[in-house]
Amino acid sequence: MYRSKTILMALVAAGLMLAAPLSASAKDLRMALAAEPSSMDPHFHNLTPNNALTSHVFERLVQFDPKMTPIPGLATSWKTIDDNTWEFKLRPGVKWHDGSPFTADDVIFTMERAPNVENSPGSFSTYVKGKKFEKVDDLTIRITTPAPYPLMPNDLATIAIISKKNASGAKTDDFNAGKAAIGTGPYKFSEFVKGDRYVLVRNEDYWGKKPEWTKVIIRPIKTGPSRISALLAGDVDVIEEVPTTDIERLKGDSKVTLGQGLSNRVIYFHMDHWRDESPFITANDGSKIKNPLKDKRVRLALSKAINRPAIVDRLMEKAAVPASQFLADEFFGTSKKLKPVAFDPEGAKKLLAEAGLPKGFKMTLHSPNGRYINDARMAEAVAQMFTRVGVETKVETMPSSVYFKRASTGADGKPEFSFMLLGWGAGTGEVSSPLKSLVATYDKSKGLGAVNRGRYSNPELDKTIQQALATVDDAKRGELLAKASEIAIEDVAVIVSHYQLNTWAARKGLKYTPRADEYTIAMSVSEE
Amino acid sequence: MRGRFRFHSEARLTAYIIRRLMQSAAVVLAMSVIVFLGLHVVGDPVYLLIDPQADQAEIERTIQRFGLDQPIWVQYFRFLKGALTGDLGTSFVHGTSALKLIVERMPATLEIAIAATLMSIFLGIPLGLYAGLRPNGLVSKSIMATSILGFSLPTFWVGIMMIMVFAVMLGWLPSTGRGPTATFLGITSSLFTIDGLRHVAMPALNLALLKISLVIRLTRAGTREAIHQDYIKFARAKGLPTGRIIGVHLLKNIMIPVVTVLGLEFGNLIAFSVVTETIFAWPGMGKLLIDSIQTLDRPVIVAYLIMIVMLFVIINLVVDILYSILDPRVRIGEKSA
Repeated sequence: MYRSKTILMALVAAGLMLAAPLSASAKDLRMALAAEPSSMDPHFHNLTPNNALTSHVFERLVQFDPKMTPIPGLATSWKTIDDNTWEFKLRPGVKWHDGSPFTADDVIFTMERAPNVENSPGSFSTYVKGKKFEKVDDLTIRITTPAPYPLMPNDLATIAIISKKNASGAKTDDFNAGKAAIGTGPYKFSEFVKGDRYVLVRNEDYWGKKPEWTKVIIRPIKTGPSRISALLAGDVDVIEEVPTTDIERLKGDSKVTLGQGLSNRVIYFHMDHWRDESPFITANDGSKIKNPLKDKRVRLALSKAINRPAIVDRLMEKAAVPASQFLADEFFGTSKKLKPVAFDPEGAKKLLAEAGLPKGFKMTLHSPNGRYINDARMAEAVAQMFTRVGVETKVETMPSSVYFKRASTGADGKPEFSFMLLGWGAGTGEVSSPLKSLVATYDKSKGLGAVNRGRYSNPELDKTIQQALATVDDAKRGELLAKASEIAIEDVAVIVSHYQLNTWAARKGLKYTPRADEYTIAMSVSEE
Repeated sequence: MRGRFRFHSEARLTAYIIRRLMQSAAVVLAMSVIVFLGLHVVGDPVYLLIDPQADQAEIERTIQRFGLDQPIWVQYFRFLKGALTGDLGTSFVHGTSALKLIVERMPATLEIAIAATLMSIFLGIPLGLYAGLRPNGLVSKSIMATSILGFSLPTFWVGIMMIMVFAVMLGWLPSTGRGPTATFLGITSSLFTIDGLRHVAMPALNLALLKISLVIRLTRAGTREAIHQDYIKFARAKGLPTGRIIGVHLLKNIMIPVVTVLGLEFGNLIAFSVVTETIFAWPGMGKLLIDSIQTLDRPVIVAYLIMIVMLFVIINLVVDILYSILDPRVRIGEKSA
């Protein structure tokens, strides 16, 4: 504290200069994130904030448009040579940020590194394994798989291509320091200060449309009210994850524009399909009963007891859409026949009576607190709706760190809860992702049903999913996936509630094009 | 604080410091066991971190990579082994050394902690002194009334209100975040730039509010007590100028409780400025701690708490040494210290 006097005087001086505004030049863009990206290494952690940040600098062979449809990225076209072989043509004339040319060698190098990053908390190996990458010539790649693999373009839309010349032997720290953060993307790395700010500058030699912003400054502001204040105070230009309680107010604010779009995330309830007696379900007098959730009529009754429009209107402040299946209708592989289950408490009571439970039963609904938008409040509301039709439901919420462990592997290594609130974002932008992970039979050797926390199992559904996963023809696969969705939803494998809408806010004069994958990126911001 | 008169010896001081450090090593050990077991009971972060689309094999591989497949005592001894060589573990979330993560964020936290402490010294002591010397004046009464607000309003609420008023409505100060840094005398800090100071002002004041109130009350109480003591009366009788009586004789005697409290509170400011850092999106250690707790990033939590225990030990030591400067009767190294 030897300079205490100096510092004090400086403090006083700062107080006097309060009114000096901080001017940002017109072409700077400042964005605030709700979560903190942990690295500039695009392969370190497969996590939305990391993927969004690194996508400014690095590009994928295939890119997702805002609606998560695969479009050409560093590859200009792709086709199947035979059932087990794909060929990707690479974009000619693309230069790395250091000026060296982009070639097939970079792709091969990337695929070797991506699954093997030291200390990675969640790697990309899921998307690389089982694929053999071969260079045909400088601008052609061939990929072979042991069995037909239709999701190749979707998988390759996840893995960022890095430069062999600049990133050979590079560790995650080398990317954070900028040494290896040499990409082909519209923005170049400038600064990465963990937890504080991430700065990018325009790539003047970009192969595509000239990027709009000369400099992009991204900062994490986790607290919702602080994020909104930062926008209203003019300290940032764009924010993500506007809290639902503020949406109405911001709509009326002339200084702000909102961008709202459908996400790839469905909020649903999974339930115990596999235990004869379920730990959190009892008869009304507290005695043990046979697991009622094994009866389809009971599951359907609970689904009918949920007033989806009311949840969407009041609880979610219209930042949601009632769900009929695993993904909203406009995504690939969804069924056009399924409609949201209508609110029908009388029908629910009747079904319960038919199932031999005219007086209902007692149940505990488990929910995370703070993982999904308004999750705990949502659990409370649904529990009341269940209680109204005779299923007396208690709610227990817990932090995500406790919840997901218990929901997946409880004390005995098996899912612990009887009835639970969950969400699923389809990372591939089509329906095979939720089908494969949530409702296919839990099978470690095939890697299916990994988070099937209700252990739902239906041989007919499994067969249809397997068939779809082996069908390369898009139209046929779409039909099979739609059929699989219908089988699962009609059997009430899970009870779907709503699709989340994501909300961005920008200062007047800017426009954010909403993205289904929840990315907040400078490429989606334009001047009006 | 026994008043027995002893000669100060350096050997005794060294022995005293060593004893204190050994005590703290025992505290650190006990704490690490508790934190390890506690976090183990809570759960593990694998399902929070891993890509939801990952299959069973990938989930298992991640659990192994973190060493979470081992029994808890094996995990603990691995940690101890690393800790003895100065390696407090690798963050699950960031993949880098936990200690390095904390040290990287320390300057930001120190900035607001120092600024807040300075505010409480340079606002709290003069105001408290004034209130103590003129206890019945209107100004004194309003100072005391305001200080009650400083105690009772929750930091969280005050922070949000400050942002609303000074950033959103008046537009005087930046709402959140840390400003640009500059390097001065080898120290890189945002306290050395104008824009940096504008960013520091609100979070520091938010942190300081409680401390300012505390210092005002302590100083006032001390002044009220000392003003009637014989030595003050004697000094007046001797005809010493009022400024000297207050500035030297009075102030020196009321400083001991103030220094004690400021010292401990400085530790609190550094260790637990979580709320303020969260509201103001200040990239400091408090925010790192709360993020790590939310994701159960055990290595960071353990390393953080170890650092904090050490910090408190050092602060207490410094406070003890300051006592002996302020009050010649206090001697470091007594058994009862």
